[in-house]
Amino acid sequence: MQLPPALHARLAAGPGAAEPLPVERNPAAGAAPFRFAARLVRFPRDHEFFEDGDVQRHLYLQDVLTQVAEMPERPRVPEFTCQVAGCCQVFDALEDYEHHYHTLHRNVCSFCKRAFPSEHLLDAHILEWHDSLFQILSEKQDMYQCLVEGCTEKFKTSKDRKDHMVRLHLYPADFRFDKPKKSRGPALQKAGANTAAEALEVDGEQSEGDAMEVCSEHVAPSSAPVGERRTYSQRSVSDIFLKLSLNVCFILRVLGLTLGWHSY
Amino acid sequence: MWRRRQGFLRPVVCGVEELRCRRREREAALRKARREQQLVSKRLLREDGPEETGGERVAAVLGEAEVHQFLRLAQRGTEEKEREQALVSLRRGLQHPETQQTFIRLEGSMRTLVGLLTSNQALLQLEAARCLHELSHSEQSTVAEACLPATSYLLTYLSGHSSDFIELCLYTLGNLIVESEAVRRQLLPQGIVPALAACIQSPHVAVLEALGYALSQLLQAKEAPEKIIPSILGSSLLQHILQLLQPGPKLNPGVAVEFAWCLHYIICSQVNNSLIISHGALSTLGLLLLDLAGAVQKIEDAGLELLACPVLRCLSNLLTEAAVEDMGGQLQLRDERVVAALFILLQFFLQKQPSLLPEGLWLLNNLTANSPSFCTSLLSLDLIEPLLQLLPVSNMVSLMVLTVLCNVAEKGSAYCQRLWPGPLLPSLLKMLACSDTEVVAQSLELLQLLFLYQPEAAQAFLQQSGLQALERHQEEAQLQDRAHALRQTALHG
Repeated sequence: MQLPPALHARLAAGPGAAEPLPVERNPAAGAAPFRFAARLVRFPRDHEFFEDGDVQRHLYLQDVLTQVAEMPERPRVPEFTCQVAGCCQVFDALEDYEHHYHTLHRNVCSFCKRAFPSEHLLDAHILEWHDSLFQILSEKQDMYQCLVEGCTEKFKTSKDRKDHMVRLHLYPADFRFDKPKKSRGPALQKAGANTAAEALEVDGEQSEGDAMEVCSEHVAPSSAPVGERRTYSQRSVSDIFLKLSLNVCFILRVLGLTLGWHSY
Repeated sequence: MWRRRQGFLRPVVCGVEELRCRRREREAALRKARREQQLVSKRLLREDGPEETGGERVAAVLGEAEVHQFLRLAQRGTEEKEREQALVSLRRGLQHPETQQTFIRLEGSMRTLVGLLTSNQALLQLEAARCLHELSHSEQSTVAEACLPATSYLLTYLSGHSSDFIELCLYTLGNLIVESEAVRRQLLPQGIVPALAACIQSPHVAVLEALGYALSQLLQAKEAPEKIIPSILGSSLLQHILQLLQPGPKLNPGVAVEFAWCLHYIICSQVNNSLIISHGALSTLGLLLLDLAGAVQKIEDAGLELLACPVLRCLSNLLTEAAVEDMGGQLQLRDERVVAALFILLQFFLQKQPSLLPEGLWLLNNLTANSPSFCTSLLSLDLIEPLLQLLPVSNMVSLMVLTVLCNVAEKGSAYCQRLWPGPLLPSLLKMLACSDTEVVAQSLELLQLLFLYQPEAAQAFLQQSGLQALERHQEEAQLQDRAHALRQTALHG
């Protein structure tokens, strides 16, 4: 197929539309037995017109997914230690370190050292567990926000919220990142009595208790009480103060009070 | 985690001829599946079993005791490396469907795996996620459904920061979505759409590509037009998708391919295309088309057709929307460079992927049908002759080329004067000898328009044995009236 040489130049030049030649239709055009009429054509999803392109698309996907499934050798580097104070985890691959860091050191509550998978969940946690004003206000109005991203519903109690998440959002009743606030106790440790049972079910319960309690990867499930290890939090003192003061601002706004803090 | 593909090449583990043969087989299987409306199926997405994944050690099938053992070790081992290794062994075993079945039948197994997935040990979490990913590849919906307890966590992790992990979660979700309607029915209330809308803001190319994949699978679900697309159009996903399709230095081809397909599935479902137009989709897609045409000259074989195909489809379908007319100049497509780009792509298709020629010509039809300006561009850019050169490719292509030429001719004598004299008439005479009735019919239509607006052409037609060419169709039911009428016109004016 020979294209006119000026075509590429036209592509490279600026935008523009051709000044249209005058249109003058003769009514005899398209008159019986002829039937041509210029028509826009539309094809719906499953039309067979799309068959060839769809097949090519799937051939491509097959290749992609096969490569995704293949685990390439990760480049090994000389062993190094996590630099976060108190964490001694050792790595020999950068990808491992990245995941470790984001999982355990990134969204960490500076009060209780729990790590969360996202800022969203960390913020909810701080508000609900460590903010005393929140507790006071929640007696009067619905403060417990649904944890599902995009849902703006609020509830009186964390139980109500959990019911909502289970009923409406089909979340598991034991969703790991929605623990009701309770004191830590020996219940969180591996209960020796249960080890007799070989069923995996029991083990599941125990690791549930371990989730998020500690930030250091060093704590094996059977070791010393939770909380002994401390991990340096991402958040500095001024961050915490800002967080608290923003909370207070928010709460005061909710109450309709202003104290001239608009400068914030 | 996973290296981005080097181009589109696979490591060659067998001879080139064998590869070609296998590809033909895969293609045949996909074609059959599509005709049966079964194209969105896991079985077809991952064509090779574990034996074929070159490089990986082939693992043995695991029995129930071994699965149990590995899980216990992963959960309660004292040495971290030991726990990790247990999960690696489990994952390898899970490449086999039998092991997958064993796993899901073992009581408490998924619960344990989810426990590890959400544990405080990052590397165990990663390995657990890989096991889950392996399960997501299963061709059996029972296995996909067994993964339901994990989905809320997979979605939660999309808001995290570990890009490799997020990528893994997305591919896992995409696989699960394909396999089971039960999974989709759960994912929607669990907030998959807002989760994706948040995740699409990630700067990581690998994450975006994985997200595009997952989204494209979601959009292909049969219930998508009613249940899924409306909420997607109601979220910020649309704006982000269009942004990711903007041509320029930041455009990543792998990412663009995924989202172009997503956009195609949305548009051809006809849910709310006016909204899409109001976001400037026509302009974005038009510019992207220009970009692609420019790339054709520069890049040897980058799989451009993979991106060109959905872009052409989106443009063609969008042009049929009434909104295009209503919204006036701003949102319309008026730039004649689009025509230039389209022809560059048609030439490219002719060499690389002839099966895409009809799709390119479809766009050309929709550009020219109601647009004197684009018809004029075809003439002024000297594109009639190249168009005619496509006639011999196939009946479908001939039909569409003739339709486009009719679009031009029907606009009147100013247009027909530029169609004849020229190569058009000899080409038409050849087309009259075609065996396909529809092709001949369209040739007759074009001849009628030509004779009407350019009467001298009828004379030339006679001189070039046009009557004989018409004669062979005197008996054909669909054609005889028109053939006869043309004969009369040619002879008597």
